[in-house]
Amino acid sequence: MDSHDTGAAPAPPHSETTLRVNGEPRTLDLDHRRVLLDLLREDLGLTGAKKGCDHGQCGACTVLVDGRRVNSCLLLAVTLDGAEVTTVEGLAGHGGDPHPLQRAFLERDAFQCGYCTPGQICSAVGMLAEAAAGHPSHVTDPAAPSGEPVELVRAEIRERLSGNLCRCGAYPRIADAVEDVI
Amino acid sequence: MKPFAYVRAGSVEEATDAFAARPGARYLGGGTNLVDLMKLGVETPAALIDITRLPLDAVEPLPDGSLRVGALVRNSDLAAHPAVRDRYPALSQALLAGASGQLRNAATTGGNLLQRTRCPYFQDISKPCNKREPGTGCGALRGVHRDHAVLGHSPHCVATHPSDLAVALAALDARVELYGPEGGRSLSAADFHRLPGTRPEQDTEIRPGELITGVLLPAATAGLPSVYRKARDRASYAFALASVAAVLHCSDGVVDRVGLAFGALAHRPWRARRAEEALLGVAPTAAAFEHAVDLELAAAEPLGENAYKVPLARRLALDVLGRLAPVSPI
Repeated sequence: MDSHDTGAAPAPPHSETTLRVNGEPRTLDLDHRRVLLDLLREDLGLTGAKKGCDHGQCGACTVLVDGRRVNSCLLLAVTLDGAEVTTVEGLAGHGGDPHPLQRAFLERDAFQCGYCTPGQICSAVGMLAEAAAGHPSHVTDPAAPSGEPVELVRAEIRERLSGNLCRCGAYPRIADAVEDVI
Repeated sequence: MKPFAYVRAGSVEEATDAFAARPGARYLGGGTNLVDLMKLGVETPAALIDITRLPLDAVEPLPDGSLRVGALVRNSDLAAHPAVRDRYPALSQALLAGASGQLRNAATTGGNLLQRTRCPYFQDISKPCNKREPGTGCGALRGVHRDHAVLGHSPHCVATHPSDLAVALAALDARVELYGPEGGRSLSAADFHRLPGTRPEQDTEIRPGELITGVLLPAATAGLPSVYRKARDRASYAFALASVAAVLHCSDGVVDRVGLAFGALAHRPWRARRAEEALLGVAPTAAAFEHAVDLELAAAEPLGENAYKVPLARRLALDVLGRLAPVSPI
């Protein structure tokens, strides 16, 4: 395609990568520079994950990779061969029932503009699993026993979701919504 | 972002060979700093050697009572590991004081040590920076340097190292294990990072092509009381303005082991050797702590905007040492 195309720049380095997105296998030929966030939004049309800062500082792009919450703007997609990715579009149960956190965000009106919401929800899903697995946080008492689930009091929720910024300042209701599902 | 070749390494040797074969290559771990710097144009690798599939992701207790942490153990997993929480509490606390839940899930132990300064002149390719582009000057020296170094800086660079983890490792007498073209070796964590001198482009003592394979936490500090405390502009998710890691043990009423390190004050974690010497063999009193910390911080040379760091670091250190003293210091 490029050899006889005089004047055309050679294709940038690329590799075939297969990953599962919301349960579906996807095989793509990826420019190595593609980050997961752009793959989701531009190649797969999954625009739930948002591009806020694009530098890992705001959390709007948060998705789950192999069940763990991560900033999709900082993950090169080519590194994710074989990974299982879940976006906000994949959280709903069979039959399209909203995830309990999605329902709680609606009931608590836990947003204003809504731009950070998909990241907040994916982050909260990951955070609940971390606390259940006994992961401590900065505000957990260092004397608390290792390996046991951490009780998610308000201070824990606020600390554990600090990687998700909300410029509308909807934090109180976001914390309320998370408390509702504990 | 500049295009780059991508190689997924299956073993440590494969990674170091791939690195040697590709000029301009960089190892890729969690990527939370490297990918960001590539987006900013600060890093322009010709090739990325993906090391995330190497078998360096275990935390293993060794027979001599030490604990080996693989270079690819993620920050969140290390902070939660029972052996770390129970035996090296300052290490867990330091990790949890850094970044966000998302970043800690991706960032690796080795990558945390190799992260670059967050000096805004380093991160902005339109600005002078001797660390990013040797010979262009230091924008921060007479520019905005509220977050910069007060100890050990040079006219060439006043940047600080941003890691919390590295500060705890320095205080705990950890070692950094490396593997490279010339084989394996290890360095003390306190000496792994450099002062800037005339070569600020070199953050650490790592040699070209060398890979961090792990970190060794020694038996000597296992189970001793240790604390990490960090001061920052907001309650969470911010780099340190100043931080302190300390481990302290007393017997017969006097200090018989102490490790004290400051973060965010220098180009590397600042192991407070003068303060430690002053404390060894004396009773752990408030006056002894004040004397020791003041001795250490007498070397500080604030730049102007960052003079606040000296009293801030002093108070943090006195608080931490006071908490570690077996009885309330008088």
